[in-house]
Amino acid sequence: MKPDLDHLWIYLQSTPLLGLGATLLAYQAAMAITARLGGHTLANPMLIAIGLVVALLLATGMPYPVYFQGAQYVQFLLGPATVALAVPMYANLGQIRRTATALIPALIAGSLTAAGSAMLIARLLGASPTVVLSLAPKSVTTPIAMGIAEQIGGNPSLTAVFVLITGITAIMLIGPVMRVLGITSWPAYGLAAGTAGHGLATARVLLLSDTAGAFGGLAIGLNGLITALIVPLLARLFAYF
Amino acid sequence: MLQSLTILILCQFAGEAITRASDLPLPGPVIGLVLLLVILMVRGGPDEDMKATSSGLLRHLLLLFVPAGAGVVTQLDVLGRNLLPAVVAIVVSTALGLGVTAWVMQRLARRSGV
Repeated sequence: MKPDLDHLWIYLQSTPLLGLGATLLAYQAAMAITARLGGHTLANPMLIAIGLVVALLLATGMPYPVYFQGAQYVQFLLGPATVALAVPMYANLGQIRRTATALIPALIAGSLTAAGSAMLIARLLGASPTVVLSLAPKSVTTPIAMGIAEQIGGNPSLTAVFVLITGITAIMLIGPVMRVLGITSWPAYGLAAGTAGHGLATARVLLLSDTAGAFGGLAIGLNGLITALIVPLLARLFAYF
Repeated sequence: MLQSLTILILCQFAGEAITRASDLPLPGPVIGLVLLLVILMVRGGPDEDMKATSSGLLRHLLLLFVPAGAGVVTQLDVLGRNLLPAVVAIVVSTALGLGVTAWVMQRLARRSGV
């Protein structure tokens, strides 16, 4: 019987259905677990699903490229989904126009600070060049961040993890930082959340104020665009260090 | 849905083509996003079909990161060796990013009466 099972496993590994099925199952299991945990912001279905897939790969010894043969069909949708971000952005256009004179400088300053200081600190602490480049877009929403990482020679998988850690960090830090700086305006509060902590921090501030949530939402998209323009320039600058 | 999905794919395709042809440092899908935004502005907004398709795609956006995220399995040694610098960089830069964004926004919004 043993040889037959080996044959079956070899066959299963050769079909994309295994990686595809595992990804879909892991994500649905992760959503069920998140719901059980009461939808807590830190119980992120993406993190749990990644953990489940990684555990599966380590337990079965299946090489990542074999898994990816199937999983690539899910990943392919990331491109069209990134383009689709234009629809919620369009809904915010009026708000963006009305506040542009404050919004755009704040976004540029925030984007430059978040990306530049992360690269500088990581470099000074001796991180490898790949890690420095993968860190650069970590404040941006994941689909855009992974695109930027690929473009500048970082590793999109590392970036996906860094983006998640950044969002969780922003949730924990936003209250104290706003208190220390005496920030009393909800638009400023929300914009900071979306710029430094993308969708995760925005979801959190939406619980505090609808205005903050709206500004967080428009910051996610705009910061993605601005960072996509700024980070390649920073990466070129860092190549001289 | 088919029509909107076609528009999304074509925008991305055009975005990839522009990136390759022009040496722009922007990812193809991000240029596709800008193209779709321009189309929406010209057309005066998304129709019902586009609204349904985009919200359908974005509703399970987190699922789409799982394959790449699982790729961290090939980077575990890199991550392990660089964990401390990466975490310090993330915590400090996130605090700075939050502070600078909010501070500039609040100052400028007050001045221009937004």
